[in-house]
Amino acid sequence: MSFAISKQGEVVVVDVEGQLIVGNRQELKQKVLDELEKGEKKFLIDFSQTGYIDSSGLGVLVSLSKKIREQGGELRLANLNDDLQTLFELTKLDTLFQISDTRERALESF
Amino acid sequence: MARSRVALDVEIPSDVKYIEGVVELATRKCRELRIPPRKCSFNVRIALSEALSNAILRGNGAMSGKHVRVRAVVSEDKLVFDVVDEGAGFDLAAERVDPTSPENLMKEDGRGLFLMRRLMDSVERFQKDGNVVRLTLNRE
Repeated sequence: MSFAISKQGEVVVVDVEGQLIVGNRQELKQKVLDELEKGEKKFLIDFSQTGYIDSSGLGVLVSLSKKIREQGGELRLANLNDDLQTLFELTKLDTLFQISDTRERALESF
Repeated sequence: MARSRVALDVEIPSDVKYIEGVVELATRKCRELRIPPRKCSFNVRIALSEALSNAILRGNGAMSGKHVRVRAVVSEDKLVFDVVDEGAGFDLAAERVDPTSPENLMKEDGRGLFLMRRLMDSVERFQKDGNVVRLTLNRE
């Protein structure tokens, strides 16, 4: 499980490899907050290599969304698999986040 | 009375790093029992992860000396998981917050029990040699 951070134009892209769960959610949160503190405003979290997100992982995404918005930034999500899509629909978080099918579409949406 | 047998019985220390291993084991057992694959990989994975997380962090307060036991019993019509911690328990009936309501949607917490209820056929809590959260999944 790891989080790879890269930059595509003005967008900070975070790849979540493995799972986003109670055991590693703080690591993701801190990495994104560090970038936010450096002045970055546009964030994309790509879940193409993510198998599973638990409720605490969902909670961190909500928290990051709020913090990024407070700083005048934007957070987008991409590449949810069928299970993750269902999870976002069950929790209605699909109404809170802008979610794209592909990384390219997400990058174009900023 | 339908025949039942123990499919899984493990005990782990109160550390979230053990959750993944137990959940993997449980989903594998679930598939071996010929329960529909999506129920194993999605419903069981999520609900059991949430129950374990609650047991470790809330029930046992993440105290390393305490343990969580997971026991699964299978019968012809259902799979039942008991997640047992050493805490005092909680009032399950009182925990009815809807995290999908507009006033709660932006909150960081409160989705674990909601997901357990949505993905299992029943969720119960009682005291028996510890604080037990029982998750029941019907085969069909």
